[in-house]
Amino acid sequence: MATVVTTPRTEEDVLIEQLGYDDHFHDHHDGDKFRSNFLTTYVFSQDHKIIAKQFLITGMFWAVIGGLMSLIFRLQLGFPEESMAWLKPVLGKWIEINPDSGMGSLSPEFYYALVTMHGTIIVFFVLTAGLSGTFSNLLIPLQVGARDMASPLLNMMSYWFFFLAGLVMFASLFLSTGPFAGGWTAYPPLSALPQASSGSGAGMTLWLVSLVFFVVSVLLGGINYITTVLNLRTKGMTMWRLPLTIWAFFITAIIGLLSFPVLASAFFLVMFDRGLGTSFFLNEIYIGGQALDHVGGSPVLYQHLFWFLGHPEVYIIILPAMGIVSEVLSVHSRKPIFGYKAMVFSILAIAFLSFIVWAHHMFMSGVNPFISNFFVIFTLIIAVPSAVKVFNWIATMYGGNVRFTAASMFAIGFVSMFISGGLTGIFLGNSAIDIQLHDTYFVVAHFHIVMGVAAFFGMFAGVYHWFPKMYGRFMNETLGKVHFWGTIIGAYAIFWPMHYTGLAGVPRRYYRFDTFQTFSHFDELNKFITIAAIVTFAFQLLLVINFFYSIWKGKKVTVQNPWGATTLEWTTPIRPGHGNWPGKIPAVQRWAYDYGKDGKEFIPQIQPLAEGEADGGDH
Amino acid sequence: MTGLLALLSVILIAIIAVQIGKVSELAAKIRGEQEMQDATNRRQGNYMMIFMILFLVFVIGISVYYQNYMLGFGPHKSASEHGSSLDSLFKVTTFFTGIVFFITQILTFYFAWRYRGRHGAKAKFMPHDNKLEIVWTVIPAVVMTFLVVGGLDAWNEVMADIKPDEEVLEIEATGFQFGWNLRYPGPDGLIGEKNFRMIDASNPLGQNWKDEKNVDDFLATELVLPVGQKVRVRITAQDVLHNFYLPQFRVKMDAVPGMPTYFVFTPTKTTEEYRMELRKYPEYNVPDPNDPEKMLWETFDYELACAELCGKGHYSMRRLVRVVSPEEYADWAATQPSYYLSNVRFTDADPNKDKLFDSEINARKAEFQQGLDQALSATDAAAKRVALKYVSFTTGGAELTPLSKYELDNLAEAMSKNAAMRVELAGHTDSEGDDAMNLALSEERATAVQAYLVSKGVDASRLVARGYGETQPTDTNDTEAGRANNRRTEFRILAQ
Repeated sequence: MATVVTTPRTEEDVLIEQLGYDDHFHDHHDGDKFRSNFLTTYVFSQDHKIIAKQFLITGMFWAVIGGLMSLIFRLQLGFPEESMAWLKPVLGKWIEINPDSGMGSLSPEFYYALVTMHGTIIVFFVLTAGLSGTFSNLLIPLQVGARDMASPLLNMMSYWFFFLAGLVMFASLFLSTGPFAGGWTAYPPLSALPQASSGSGAGMTLWLVSLVFFVVSVLLGGINYITTVLNLRTKGMTMWRLPLTIWAFFITAIIGLLSFPVLASAFFLVMFDRGLGTSFFLNEIYIGGQALDHVGGSPVLYQHLFWFLGHPEVYIIILPAMGIVSEVLSVHSRKPIFGYKAMVFSILAIAFLSFIVWAHHMFMSGVNPFISNFFVIFTLIIAVPSAVKVFNWIATMYGGNVRFTAASMFAIGFVSMFISGGLTGIFLGNSAIDIQLHDTYFVVAHFHIVMGVAAFFGMFAGVYHWFPKMYGRFMNETLGKVHFWGTIIGAYAIFWPMHYTGLAGVPRRYYRFDTFQTFSHFDELNKFITIAAIVTFAFQLLLVINFFYSIWKGKKVTVQNPWGATTLEWTTPIRPGHGNWPGKIPAVQRWAYDYGKDGKEFIPQIQPLAEGEADGGDH
Repeated sequence: MTGLLALLSVILIAIIAVQIGKVSELAAKIRGEQEMQDATNRRQGNYMMIFMILFLVFVIGISVYYQNYMLGFGPHKSASEHGSSLDSLFKVTTFFTGIVFFITQILTFYFAWRYRGRHGAKAKFMPHDNKLEIVWTVIPAVVMTFLVVGGLDAWNEVMADIKPDEEVLEIEATGFQFGWNLRYPGPDGLIGEKNFRMIDASNPLGQNWKDEKNVDDFLATELVLPVGQKVRVRITAQDVLHNFYLPQFRVKMDAVPGMPTYFVFTPTKTTEEYRMELRKYPEYNVPDPNDPEKMLWETFDYELACAELCGKGHYSMRRLVRVVSPEEYADWAATQPSYYLSNVRFTDADPNKDKLFDSEINARKAEFQQGLDQALSATDAAAKRVALKYVSFTTGGAELTPLSKYELDNLAEAMSKNAAMRVELAGHTDSEGDDAMNLALSEERATAVQAYLVSKGVDASRLVARGYGETQPTDTNDTEAGRANNRRTEFRILAQ
């Protein structure tokens, strides 16, 4: 069935045919026996590339929702005296109109619901599912040289559990008692007692149900990623020849597999406390004029369980972005990633350390101060591999021939953001300084820059870079660059000033600041931040427009390997079918970063080593 | 209409964006891809440098602009003893991270610009350098060690609990939705037990009144602290998590239901002293928007806030904090009424209503002795009488209430000491009800007192019991208060 190869025969095709591994793919009738109708091709697809797109587009939907929520609560914080009556058609009873003045104000309950949903949505639905789900799915089979994931069925279910989680969460937005409003960390007793907050009623129930579905989705996805990387690597693809993207996704999946079940257990115990009268997290509570019968539990126990996921979670978010940035930066600098093995070891070190630093979120939670000593030490140790990664990225650009594309610019922006946000982590990880900075805007600034904006930058870099692989067309570069500049300037404008309000002691999660004299010095700054947030959000619409426009109208990709990259995904046809390679699976001959070697601009991984040539990865 | 306009503008922006995109693609076609990419690299590389400069200028500018609000800078120096170690740690960390920040940011953008792509140019093949890797592993590791050691040193000192023999003012803060209950130990210096099941309208903290340590505890509406005094705040929560946060004192600790936490600190500046500090800075020499007559520094007060999300009123859990001189504190504390004594004592909620505490026994003994001494030394026969203020009977009956016995014990003791003393025990009533019945009742009551004293070993011959009914009022019978004064038991010294 040689007719399957539709693109003109390139050097790559020839190499694959000569050296590739024949898994008798042809006998499977183009791979996918289910690829028979619209529904199985585009909706309940088991093709990892389609599932990746599903994750991405769903993630984009949630990013817009989560972003809009932040604009509403930023309006409240920046302009507390302005009427929000104009939002009444959308928010209904959550805008309370003063009958005398006609002034519409956002109800505090809904403010907290917005803050909570913003966090939950962005952390889980956008930066976990939207980032890791998209790129692990797209790139793992393509870059390790596999036809698909180890279990395409579980992979499909992973998406649909995510979809279900989203559906339940979305439904909770429309409850008459409002969605959950106790913060994305959902600390009991606030989250366990409907008397404590109206959002802790049905809103919390749906929140829990949604996130349990989400955990299922992550586990199904993760187990697939791990199995695929371990078992489905093509001939010659040793672990030390994996691109850093794959290393990042692989380790991310392992972290997820080890930590998400702990989160699920915490959620189940909260459900028991809520519904079955148990007291895992409740003790000696008097609320609503009544002493509760729950005694003997510990709210701090929940925090341990939550952050046992919660901290690894930030690496679940940032590691894929780091992997993408490493790859994009190397490809567009036309240089090998500097210190490949050091990069892998830092990923491993970060992953290991990420499991023993969780209580640095709890220095002020009432845990024994002595215990905090260990967490301070491990937390600050994690700065070392993180610093190594930064230096390696910078060194990758050194001496390069950097091609400025939207993808590479977002990768450079990522490095800048990661530095800015990473360094403030050194303040917070030191428990003594954290006494003052804990739960202030300094924390808000820190994590938004380092795991919010930076992770988004990684995601954007990935979208611009691999869009040609996803849709066979390019995204528009000019719009991409405008998007980049608007975003990096906007993001710094939003989050950099928050450091100063935090240093002045302003606590996070305040509905307004004028209740305290100490916190009320920043009216102008808060206005500025709000305006910056609105403008920055508007720039994100450029991405959305560019994305959907380019799917159908973007410039067509005419060459198999438009970026001149070495990795395997660029040896597939421009629009690969289910199964990725029409003929044999390519065999890998060398590591993934031979750029500028021996006077050649790049050498694809499928190119055999020349006589006496040492593999770049072997050092 | 507004919605439609908004939608139209979004569509318009979309169209413009798409058109810009098309134009750039067209230009690329005309000029050739590679030449176009070179031009882009040049332009975007320049933008990178411009951005870097603007960004770093912005960072420096805003830091200078807001320096007087930053931890440990300007007037925002810690108002507590331990806080200064935090502030200096912050400065040291800022110094080191600042260096790294500028070096790495500059290198990132400079390299992007310096090594911008040029068609035909070749990138260096430079996959790794183990020496460099070691250098930039070791340097951060050394700096981190330095910061960790400094940080943990401060941390363990700050978070240490008090030593057993240390002189400390222990107070209790209880967070609830949405406010703080502040409890002081009273003169005994000890905070009494509490139990969440005992909380009710008259007992907001659930204090256990059987615990004598609770007797003198008082609740305050503001946190008043003596300057220079080590304070241990016992932090508790009634319903959900809260966080006891004193920004100017660098104090922050979660309040957890069922698990008391603590924070030990020593305030070093009185409110007045802190105001004087603020006065030196222009930021605080502007009128207070809430009180335009005064400058911001004049109206400044320390505040207690909540720093753990606790529900819809989280942002409003303010309590005023005043740090005053020790003398002023002592004066203030002396005027604070004990919650128990002023709200609970001798009400139905008081489990001790049938007995007296030692302190009360002693106080009454002293009061009795004073009255007795006065009567003994009086020469006028009419003044040789002492009202037994704390002797009372069941309503309409002649049975002594349990608390009456303390007073009668005092009398019995006085009589056993003074063998020559003979007294008349006199019962009086108010004018309500039938005269004859009142007379009979007063007689019965006087006899009941006599019987009690006899049971305590006083010879009956030294006691005369007499009822006067309503014949000898000491106050008006028209008001309830007056009638209460008229219902009384007295004794008159007949011989001494």
